[in-house]
Amino acid sequence: MDLNFTPEEEAFRRQVRAWFDDNVATSGLRGVDRVADRDRGAVEKLKAWQRRVHQAGYLALSWPKEYGGQALDPVRQSIANEEMVRARAPALIGAMGIGMIGPTLITWGDDAQKARYLPKILTAEEIWCQGYSEPGAGSDLASLRTRAEIVGDEFVVNGQKVWTSNAHFADMMFCLVRTDPDAPKHRGISYILIDMKSPGITVKPLVQMTGDRGFNEVFFDNVRVPRRNLVGKLNEGWMVANATLFHERNMLGSTTTTRMLFNRLKALAASTMRGGRPLARDPVFRQRLADLEIRVDAMKYHMLRQLTDSIRGRNPGLGAWVNKLVGTELNHDLATAAMEAMGDYALLARDDGHALDRGFWPHEWMFTLGLVIGGGTSHIQKNIIAERGLKLPKSR
Amino acid sequence: MDFGLSEEQEQLRESARAFLAGECPAPRMREIVGGAAGFAPELERRIAQLGWPGMIVPEPFGGAGLGMLDLAVLLEECGYAALPGPFPFSAAIAAFALAAGGSEEINARWLKPLAAGDAIGTVAIAEANDSLIPGELATVARPAPAGAVLNGIKMFVPYAQAANFIVVAARTGPGPREVALFVVPADAPGVKIRPLKALDLTRRMALVELDGVLVEPAARLAGDAALYDRVLDAGALAIAADSIGGAQRALDMAVEYAKVREQFGKPIGSFQAIKHAAAEIVADLEPTRALLWYAAYAFDAIPREAPRAVAMAKARAGDVYSRAAGKAVLMHGGIGFTWEHDIHFWFKRARLNESLFGAPPFHRERVAALGGY
Repeated sequence: MDLNFTPEEEAFRRQVRAWFDDNVATSGLRGVDRVADRDRGAVEKLKAWQRRVHQAGYLALSWPKEYGGQALDPVRQSIANEEMVRARAPALIGAMGIGMIGPTLITWGDDAQKARYLPKILTAEEIWCQGYSEPGAGSDLASLRTRAEIVGDEFVVNGQKVWTSNAHFADMMFCLVRTDPDAPKHRGISYILIDMKSPGITVKPLVQMTGDRGFNEVFFDNVRVPRRNLVGKLNEGWMVANATLFHERNMLGSTTTTRMLFNRLKALAASTMRGGRPLARDPVFRQRLADLEIRVDAMKYHMLRQLTDSIRGRNPGLGAWVNKLVGTELNHDLATAAMEAMGDYALLARDDGHALDRGFWPHEWMFTLGLVIGGGTSHIQKNIIAERGLKLPKSR
Repeated sequence: MDFGLSEEQEQLRESARAFLAGECPAPRMREIVGGAAGFAPELERRIAQLGWPGMIVPEPFGGAGLGMLDLAVLLEECGYAALPGPFPFSAAIAAFALAAGGSEEINARWLKPLAAGDAIGTVAIAEANDSLIPGELATVARPAPAGAVLNGIKMFVPYAQAANFIVVAARTGPGPREVALFVVPADAPGVKIRPLKALDLTRRMALVELDGVLVEPAARLAGDAALYDRVLDAGALAIAADSIGGAQRALDMAVEYAKVREQFGKPIGSFQAIKHAAAEIVADLEPTRALLWYAAYAFDAIPREAPRAVAMAKARAGDVYSRAAGKAVLMHGGIGFTWEHDIHFWFKRARLNESLFGAPPFHRERVAALGGY
């Protein structure tokens, strides 16, 4: 155990910090992280921002060099990520590419796929979305019915996806389709890459409970996809899908974001008067704040432990299965505590003139609940921990 | 940046797990706690042969000179086995107090034999009012020509009945921080030890009466209030480590049972109600283990950060162990409520751990104060 960074890592951190401090300030995008902000104009600005970060050399540091990475150990990436959050840099518009399909292709893609897709993920030339859930296939994802038939050198896709974040501006989709309807449900699925500009794709917006347009329904009507866009083997897409889901469970929150959320809650409790004293001095609320801060720090060290495992090339073990469950619930609990601290002000819509902090917390409270659901609800996460982590027998 | 156990620490953990599974499996633990002393001197001797009592004792006094993280790894395993006996209190808390504040003379007399397994120490802080705040202690040390005279009554003293010496916290003046620690031989004139009947059968506690006990000048450990704070943190850390191990054991027992117990024609572990309870224990436990490791590391490497880190680890580990043990009992159903099944030993040990050296609300208040809320 040694929590000191090497002098080279410290120098790297100073350099990254200086870069983000300068560049976030001039970007005009500080703190832009809401899905609602992603109208067309914002999308272009956010793409330009990601390109700038990539050109500075702070994206995908651990990816292989030939695909735009720097083949560095994960410590550098974790330093860069922390500094990005600390400087309140805008959220990366290509996060699903960088965090999900990119690592999946590095493991499962063929050379042509890696060369074709990976560099454009980093430059934000291609934004990706995820075609997993369907109206009849949510938690039971493997029961999906979107059909892909092989005709010549192509898949012909028919069906529907739902809750597809960013589909309204994405260029590509990584998608699960049924290629063998007669096989047991997990064995007839393939993982394919679909160009969102293909004829036959219709994207219809869905409005989230926050009032924002963040996700969509996507319809496929005889959409033709080249056979070379198959990742892994035909009918063996479930394994590839699980690799992506594993990456997803680990990208849903940075512990630096959580720490900043806690600091914001603490400031709120210090400035909110209740019964003649700051709420942070109310013995009940104070206990709750401390409990939340303890959970925030526990998660920080929990993730450091896994970072160390990955540097050492070790299997992270049971611990890695809980990240999504614990991380998303903690963020939502922080927002819930803030809502209580705000009293009746929590009830105001963000465009009301009396809304506190331009409605940050009510939005955060709802948005973080979405993350508890997305990528597998907490209930599903508990099944996964129990079945894959603890090896309890399958329910089904 | 390296947040994890060293190879030596991993080995220590594995060998401790294997040793305690062999020497103190649940049936043996039941036998030991059923005896009059509540611990097994021959097992303590075997433990001494492994060098465990001297783990954090400096080498000049016969110890291994290792750190709190090494000891925490070991104490996790003691908690896993629900090891009865004074070992953790002697090797972690009394040993730390002497190593940090004892003179050459006092350490030659007590610390050296402690490291060799020839003496047992314990620590006496709380009193009838159950407070850990120095200004609220009533035991006093008055200067005397040949040292100091101690008067007062200590409560909840772990294994005082087995100890050769007791590290006693006493007021040295009226100020809220005027407190010091004194090394008192358990057989000194004026010391009376009255056993308490504890709910947790794997631990013994006593009331210690100090009636005009005269101690020599060297008995007063250097560091006074600052040492008092550190010793309290060493105690909190030791108990937190035991709690992590205990919660792991409760989980393992419940999961094991859920795989074999059948109802409605299948193992109960295939039902989501049981799965979710088990998963919730894992979700509580894993991040808390990282928090404990950080606190144990900070205790030696970053003392400035240690009070906050230890307070966090103790508060969380206390909550997590009690919750885990409660869920584990429930997952066992009726058999879990019987005396015959072993789970109740961990359930009760969790409750003692939650409270001893500061319950979660006490440590959360420290976190708040140290965080400037």
